[in-house]
Amino acid sequence: MPLDPDPATSVGYTDHPDRVGFFTDTTLCIGCKACEVACKEWNHVPDDGLKLTGMSYDNTVSLSADSWRHVAFVEQHKPVAQEDGGPGELRWLMASDVCKHCTHAACLDVCPTGSLFRTEFGTVVVQEDICNGCGYCIPACPYGVIDQRKDDGRAWKCTMCYDRLGVGLEPACAKACPTDSIQFGLLDDLRARAHDRVDALHAAGVPEARLYGHDPTDGVGGAGAFFLLLDEPEVYGMPPDPVVTTRDLPEMWKRVGTAAVALVGAAIAAFVGTS
Amino acid sequence: MAECHPVGFQWVMEAKARGAKLIHVDPRFTRTSALADVHVSLRAGSDIVFLGAIIRYVLEHEQYFRDYVVAYTNGPVLLRDDFRDTEDLDGVFSGFDPEGRSYDTSSWQYEGADDGGDDASAAKDAAQAESHGSGGAPVGEGEPRRDDTMQHPRCVFQVLKRHFSRYTPEMVEEACGVPQDAFLRVCEMIASNSGRDRTTAFAYAVGWTQHTVGVQYIRTAAILQTLLGNIGRPGGGILALRGHASIQGSTDIPTLFNILPGYIAMPHAHKHEDLDSFIEAEAATKGYWGNMRAYMVSLLKAYYGDAARPDNDFCFDYLPRLTGNHSTYETVREQMKGACSGYFLMGENPAVGSANAKMQRLGMAKLDWLVVRDFSLIESATWWKDGPEIESGELRTDDIATEVFFLPAAAHTEKNGTFTNTQRLLQWHHAAVEPQGDARSELWFMYHLGLRIREKLAASTDAMDRPVLDLTWDYPTKGRLAEPDAEAVLAEINGWGADHAPLSASTELRDDGSTTCGCWIYCGAYAGGTNQTARRKPGSDQSWVAPEWGWAWPANRRILYNRASADPDGRPWSDRKAYVWWDAGEKKWTGHDVPDFEADKPPDHVPAPDAKGPDAIGGRDPFVMQVDGKAWLFAPAGLTDGPLPTHYEPQESPFANALYGQLRNPARQLTDASGGHNLYHPSDGEPASDVFPYVATTYRLTEHHTAGGMSRWQPYLSELQPEMFCEVSPELAAERGLEHAGWATIVTARGAIEARVLVTDRVASLTVAGRRVHQVGLPYHWGPNGYSTGDAANELAHLSLDPNVHIQEVKAFTCDVQPGRRPRGRARLALVDEYRRRAGITEATGREP
Repeated sequence: MPLDPDPATSVGYTDHPDRVGFFTDTTLCIGCKACEVACKEWNHVPDDGLKLTGMSYDNTVSLSADSWRHVAFVEQHKPVAQEDGGPGELRWLMASDVCKHCTHAACLDVCPTGSLFRTEFGTVVVQEDICNGCGYCIPACPYGVIDQRKDDGRAWKCTMCYDRLGVGLEPACAKACPTDSIQFGLLDDLRARAHDRVDALHAAGVPEARLYGHDPTDGVGGAGAFFLLLDEPEVYGMPPDPVVTTRDLPEMWKRVGTAAVALVGAAIAAFVGTS
Repeated sequence: MAECHPVGFQWVMEAKARGAKLIHVDPRFTRTSALADVHVSLRAGSDIVFLGAIIRYVLEHEQYFRDYVVAYTNGPVLLRDDFRDTEDLDGVFSGFDPEGRSYDTSSWQYEGADDGGDDASAAKDAAQAESHGSGGAPVGEGEPRRDDTMQHPRCVFQVLKRHFSRYTPEMVEEACGVPQDAFLRVCEMIASNSGRDRTTAFAYAVGWTQHTVGVQYIRTAAILQTLLGNIGRPGGGILALRGHASIQGSTDIPTLFNILPGYIAMPHAHKHEDLDSFIEAEAATKGYWGNMRAYMVSLLKAYYGDAARPDNDFCFDYLPRLTGNHSTYETVREQMKGACSGYFLMGENPAVGSANAKMQRLGMAKLDWLVVRDFSLIESATWWKDGPEIESGELRTDDIATEVFFLPAAAHTEKNGTFTNTQRLLQWHHAAVEPQGDARSELWFMYHLGLRIREKLAASTDAMDRPVLDLTWDYPTKGRLAEPDAEAVLAEINGWGADHAPLSASTELRDDGSTTCGCWIYCGAYAGGTNQTARRKPGSDQSWVAPEWGWAWPANRRILYNRASADPDGRPWSDRKAYVWWDAGEKKWTGHDVPDFEADKPPDHVPAPDAKGPDAIGGRDPFVMQVDGKAWLFAPAGLTDGPLPTHYEPQESPFANALYGQLRNPARQLTDASGGHNLYHPSDGEPASDVFPYVATTYRLTEHHTAGGMSRWQPYLSELQPEMFCEVSPELAAERGLEHAGWATIVTARGAIEARVLVTDRVASLTVAGRRVHQVGLPYHWGPNGYSTGDAANELAHLSLDPNVHIQEVKAFTCDVQPGRRPRGRARLALVDEYRRRAGITEATGREP
């Protein structure tokens, strides 16, 4: 596991731009879904099926091969019950989810074709002309982000608009977001901004404000797309403690190797024994 | 606002980031509520009680801005002694004629002024109230009596206080279903954020307007904002969030039947025989409407060019005339009667988007021809082959004689032109691409249609054809498609002088025919021959008022009536809210914005007794479009249904009027029963009112656009809200056995629709008058065509209209809800019939004054 916190450097880029990312401040999200639409318009992503789910105003349900941004809608009473037994105040949480562009990206680790690669911006991109549809990356993602498109078998996910980054434009979702809930920028700047925002919210009487995915010491080495949430990540459909699924692979392979050597030894011993 | 104007909502978020508090009052909990500091859920149709009670709070707690009110409003003015308030007459004002459902407004006048006022019945008929969109109605000549202590029992201030005295917090709880502590919290927040140092802004959308008392909703907010001193000052005002892009623009340069560009009234066939009698009747003698002849003559010169001469009344006779109400719903009635034979629908889908959608289709089925210009084959273009009446057998395609033309329309990205927003800001947009195929802009269509008609009439000697043949119709065209130059149209709207040089302000307009101007309030938009609306200087490169971004009417003024941002002596009310002020050294008005006042008129100016027009406005009178220069807490003229807002229950309501014996707006405009297609429900207190026990309210969602023509054919939008649904509370779901994500059938005396069910706490059930009331939320985007489909909510709505502007009441009407899908074909009609029988509905139901 490379320990260099800069993923572009760690894969060998020498003269590369600073790492970029998304800071999605869900306290500013108005649930307009402009991010979902702008993403599809820019990236020519097909529609994801017309189905009324009954899950509040969320008919996208999750990130998928055909939805690279997903706005979750959570209707809740906070607290669930008050002392008198009545429900707490009604809250409607909205949050735009996206690929985390992990510092340690398991999808990239397991990709056998090199279709998934680390860009000079530190982001993770699938190349549609190289992907062979093996699907290894799908169970590898600890967030359930990357997905196969049913009719062509290839894997698809957010590219952080790699083509736009290349010409100095911000990603389409951030560009379209009317309230700056989705902020694009240099990851270090975004992290500093996010900490200031949390401090401001705490001072303003919102103690539940917290960051998710910002911490370089977490299970994915810090996400390139992180969030300010008002409740536990599970409430928004995000895993509470994601771990890069390939973290234990070297250790596992070492044990497998040891076991294999032992097995082979035992087999030889057995043959030796019988002969 | 977040729900329907997400892009504009960014500025609310910016204000929040600077510490602004956001209050949201809405029957449902929306995406706006989710971001608001306070959300108050109230019963649909009860807003005048809520707002009226804030007015009472402000008056009772002495929280109004007294110096502002005394100096700048008609609060101190005395009313005649024969005026009777709703307090005296149990919910009606003096002058009401129950037979004609209209008011004689003479008793509403000021004491000391001659008998002025409108003939309310004629004004109602022709919707002339709309012509006051840019300023007040005329009042009588003479100096009204005043009491600057505002103690006289007949002064407006005391009449106002008495009128709203019964709008108490207890009444809010009783009629709106809002707990008193929640209401009082709102009062305290608004009152403490208004005054010399602070201002509060109101924003509303059609949730306020689409009622039989719609105009009076806005009046209530206007009275409140005036009492608090929140008009004409930065951070104040009342913002009308319009239904779609440039609806403000299409009122300024109207697509309405009753006004000409710049809110000049449309002439009436019998009242306005010639230009002199028109000006005499419509122009005010004082204030800027005193210059109406110059505006009108310049408009006629823009229309008719050299053909408009002083000796032919500048072709005034060429203008079409009103003979009565020709509003959209009246037009449908005329179609059904066979009196209206042709119809253009441009970017409008009434078969889905207009109230009582069935009547819309039945009207179209009687036309000779129908032209639909839109992006897709909307329901208004296909009802003759696949509409609900074809399915039910009420109409047969073979029997329909209407010839339907469908013409593809260009999108906003494919054409040049302006959008005018709620701030009266004109912003130019450039075509990004040429329209594909046969799609063309409206400008192209109207211009080339005009050319072809003129070609056909070219040899005509019939005087009837002169108004078409004498039009100036010579816009330059460009490109492969011969697209007319939109900037040339803007230049014509701006106008020019005798030397053909562009004018720079409406004050340059003359009534002698030496100037032309297509819309006097837009004069200056092309000043110096430059498209001022196309300016896009970044906010960071100019002052905070940003005068070089686009162009705002009038005269690039960003806040109207901004002389009110200074005290009577011309000094800012406070440093924090300084905006424009009198510079005594320079002897002129100056400040951050273009002063909305004659630049050199000092604050102590007293007009001569015989002064006319703008000269008659005193140095302390900021409301320069009003004849008296004052903001009207009490409207002696201009409204057809009362000088003060009064709570009436909607046309259909599960509740009696908790405030008065008078149940409904007595002056509301009722459309006839229309062959049994426009029947009303009994309200509370009338037999069988419990057949329709629930309150329905229609609305929009972020993901779709009005009647769906721009969104239901877009896969990316359709997948986000894929089908019609209704929103109900868990209580209502339990009461009717509705299953979440299952189906419900919603029934009124007009129709029955089905919808998927969202059971949600966001649509609260409330306790009103001691009873639980359930509200049914109905997005109105859907129809049977497109990717995303569903029944149209407007099948359920009736036609009972606001009497001032003829808007439908779709924000509060009654209904029943049952689980499951609706019956198909004829059985659908039978269900509606059965409900009508059970409720004992006749053509007379709900038509009492």
